[in-house]
Amino acid sequence: MLRKLLPVLEHVVKGPVWDCQMCGQCVLHSTGMTCPMTCPKTLRNGPCGGVRTDGHCEVKPEMRCVWVKAHHRAETMPLLPKSWREEITHMRPPVNNELKGDSSWLNLANGRDRQTPEGWLADADV
Amino acid sequence: MPMSEFAELLASRSRPIVTAEFPSMDGGDLETVREALEHYRPYVDAVNITDNPAAHAHASNVSMAIAVKQLGVEPIMQVVCRDKNRLAAQADVVGASMHGVTTFCALTGDDVTAGDEPEARRVFDLDSPQLISIMNGISRGHYLSGRSLKHQRDLLIGAVENPFAPPADVRIRRARMKVDGGARYLQLQIGYEPQLLESFMAGVVENGVAQRAAIMPTVILTKTAGALRFMEAKVPGIHVPAPVIERISSAAEPAEESYLLVREQVEHALSLPGVAGVHITDFRHDDSLRRLVSDLAIGPAFASQRAATA
Repeated sequence: MLRKLLPVLEHVVKGPVWDCQMCGQCVLHSTGMTCPMTCPKTLRNGPCGGVRTDGHCEVKPEMRCVWVKAHHRAETMPLLPKSWREEITHMRPPVNNELKGDSSWLNLANGRDRQTPEGWLADADV
Repeated sequence: MPMSEFAELLASRSRPIVTAEFPSMDGGDLETVREALEHYRPYVDAVNITDNPAAHAHASNVSMAIAVKQLGVEPIMQVVCRDKNRLAAQADVVGASMHGVTTFCALTGDDVTAGDEPEARRVFDLDSPQLISIMNGISRGHYLSGRSLKHQRDLLIGAVENPFAPPADVRIRRARMKVDGGARYLQLQIGYEPQLLESFMAGVVENGVAQRAAIMPTVILTKTAGALRFMEAKVPGIHVPAPVIERISSAAEPAEESYLLVREQVEHALSLPGVAGVHITDFRHDDSLRRLVSDLAIGPAFASQRAATA
């Protein structure tokens, strides 16, 4: 019941505010409260090389680059904890496509959103 | 497994490194590749094998990298995130490595809308920092899943960064993320704003990236102001300021002025602390590539002259 209800509730809350794409592994806190899944290339680790000189998107010229926005907000948004601001430079692992459509709240609670494939090298391991 | 000569050169930085963009191909055979390769072979340390550049389909990166390797030149096999998911990307890297291709370069890739098949589905299952890290895993002998490769082979992994696209400070941090993930060289996007290159280089020297990875700015040999206008209008991530275009369009000999511009760019780049070499894209297909490396005494053919005069 909770598994069915929670995604609906999450989408109702996060959809209008962050244009939530329901990836099921929310990283909003680490990306200046800006959803990287709204980047046309769904990049989770910073802006591509196509950002226009005015800071707009290569793919959608009318839209400000999601990552330009994310970095700006991570630095300037009030009330954001310092650790969240700093996390923007941490490498986020590849998206787990099995979690798409799930509630990220549930996956946060049960830890599934932090499980990575065995061969994924953490930054510290390099 | 011993390091490739190219990997040794990157590690030692005993002289400025010269790489060049190998043209993409649309059919032909090994002889077609050989003919094209002779234009570059004496003057460069390696050639970039592109992966559907500007989102146009061409002969595959894997096939071209293997051909170039067999013909005796070091290929830098680019892998973009746009067209293939993590399974296909890993398969390409492992497959190419079985043919002796050991230098790879991870890129995001221009969007499909930049190409001639904008209806295509964009993949982007990975982003470039993730792809670098996964290639690093392959170099250590395992796939992303953790499953072991039967034969481990050391790979030389690199990436691209664009100091000319905003936000400037983020580019420096993103370069660091890529090097932390395992990139040992960074080729930079083409750019015409020397002050942006200078501040980027200062940043990557300060955060230690330039010491851990060979940084190579890119220049492009063109002949006309029209070529610059085209890049400004059509190529994602490249900005050509109006005064630069004006310099070429108002010159008595635009082709010569275009060459001189590029020579200045390379001289400037090589004068900056932390720059290990230069990447050259040749859209002129005349004698300019040879002239450039000869004038500046760089690359395998002329570096000894530089050493002699130094």
